[in-house]
Amino acid sequence: MRWLEKQRNIIDFTLSSLLRRKTKNIALMLVYTLVVFVLASVMFFAGAIKKEASIILRDSPEIIVQRMVAGRQELAPVGYMEVIKKIRGVQSVRGRLWGYYFEPVAGANFTLMVPEGGAEKGQIEVGKGILRSIRASEGDMLSLKSYNGDWVLLKIKGALSSESELVSSDLILISEEDFRRVFGISKEYFTDLTLHVHNSMELNTIAQKIQDLYPDTRPIVRDEILRTYDSIFNWRSGILLVIMSAAGLAFIIFAWDKASGLSAEEKKEIGILKAIGWETSDVIVMKFWEGTVISLSSFLAGIILAYFHVFFTSSTLFEPVLKGWSVLYPHFRLTPFIDEAQVMTLFFLTVLPYTVATIVPSWRAASVDPDSVMR
Amino acid sequence: MIELSDIRKVFNSGRSNAFTAVDGVTLSIDSRKITVLKGPSGSGKTTLLGIIGCMARPTSGRIQLTGQLTRAVTFSVEGAAAEVTSLPERFLTEIRRRAFGFIFQQFNLIKGITVLENVMLPAYPMGEGFKPLRERAAKILSDFNLSGKLFAKVEWLSGGEAQRVGIARALINDPTVIIADEPTAHLDTKLSGEFMGIVERLKGEGKTVIIASHDPIVFDSSVIDRIVEMRDGRISGGH
Repeated sequence: MRWLEKQRNIIDFTLSSLLRRKTKNIALMLVYTLVVFVLASVMFFAGAIKKEASIILRDSPEIIVQRMVAGRQELAPVGYMEVIKKIRGVQSVRGRLWGYYFEPVAGANFTLMVPEGGAEKGQIEVGKGILRSIRASEGDMLSLKSYNGDWVLLKIKGALSSESELVSSDLILISEEDFRRVFGISKEYFTDLTLHVHNSMELNTIAQKIQDLYPDTRPIVRDEILRTYDSIFNWRSGILLVIMSAAGLAFIIFAWDKASGLSAEEKKEIGILKAIGWETSDVIVMKFWEGTVISLSSFLAGIILAYFHVFFTSSTLFEPVLKGWSVLYPHFRLTPFIDEAQVMTLFFLTVLPYTVATIVPSWRAASVDPDSVMR
Repeated sequence: MIELSDIRKVFNSGRSNAFTAVDGVTLSIDSRKITVLKGPSGSGKTTLLGIIGCMARPTSGRIQLTGQLTRAVTFSVEGAAAEVTSLPERFLTEIRRRAFGFIFQQFNLIKGITVLENVMLPAYPMGEGFKPLRERAAKILSDFNLSGKLFAKVEWLSGGEAQRVGIARALINDPTVIIADEPTAHLDTKLSGEFMGIVERLKGEGKTVIIASHDPIVFDSSVIDRIVEMRDGRISGGH
């Protein structure tokens, strides 16, 4: 009970102490919050984008077969499907139709795709990013210029709702017939083929068999897709690392400045406290609370701001760098996702060193003889 | 009673700039009396005061607390004298805050916080409830006619008021001994006279008061029981 009262009294004094140096402490908290904000934003962004990637890959086919002609992707003939289907271990083969369409008015690339279950002729479902960029809404008409210059008029049936806006932002789901009209692809061809297999252990064997059957194909197994995504995200992680290092460095300088000394006034106060009966440990407890109040509140403020920044404002501040080169800036919203371990790591990398940095110089000042204030 | 035997204090011991501030002082200070350490600047009064008040450790010699004062030494046997010089810092602090109240020449109040908080400050580490502590502090301040200044910041106070807040702060833990270092150095004649009035009142309440001063208003005062004259770190006389 006494211990609790003592802590309460010391915290009480700490708070009024902090209020005395309002400007200095507010400035301190602002810098601290900013550093945590940048670090946490980067962390949340990286975590969420990896999560998005795992959502995308969850439903991706085990093997994608592309036809390559002299290193360039070509359309895959329907005949290939029948032969591949007969390979032992292949569960199903499906032809996919997809392609990029440049929309000059919006100045953006759209991804047109025929959904697995098919779509109604003359109607399309579009991603929210497209709706925003062409300022259209449900029920409006969208005209696409086909390969021979004809216009294909399509009615927007609705906006795509997806777990991951990263996938759906620039996507148009279109019927097979309309797709073939726009791109001029005959019924004998698909963009590429997708495979599901019975046993994932056989993926590489099946890929090899396809390659042997059709030397002009390139079978891509899911692991490779994963690697591609990984390298894209890792490249971005590299940029994130630079930002993180800069913020980390700022924090070290900031904590070092704090650790390298107390003002003459603070030293005198510690002397007074010791002279009137405070122990060295009491002074350290006070400084501990001071450090904790500043660092914990800044940490929480930084984390909350970063959460809003990443998940509600779509990382406005570093969006152009992080989200790629696409002409159509995908104004997607990341699915809120927080990795507790990362937050804890950030906590231990900021709150802990800061608190220690507050205590160490005070400990040095507090271990002087209390009669120093009399001299 | 406080008994000092052969107290020496050497600063920067063993170095070329070594300086002996107190040199072999043996002294008994009676309880419930006012003792003044008189002497010019540099005579070792303040250093000796710090040693008596357990603020600093002597280089050699012993200090024994007897009688009522031993109550501050929590581990001492009732009635037996307690030798304090060899105690670790934690125990010295414990004794310092239970047995001694300090009044400083510069007042040493903490700026930016209120009068009330300044007075409560020495009691914070004792773990006393906030409310009773606050009431006690307010009561002491009202005894010094400072009721209207409880929530004033200390930097707004006049010299006399700041002095009285310093005294109130020295009394918050109800110490047996009040130690005052040059308490009138920053006060005019009238305020110095008032201060001596307060000292008399404290003596009347059973406190032991030890003052270091070279101000005639202090050592010529009729309320003083004993004067110990110091020069060059040694006792040079007294009555």
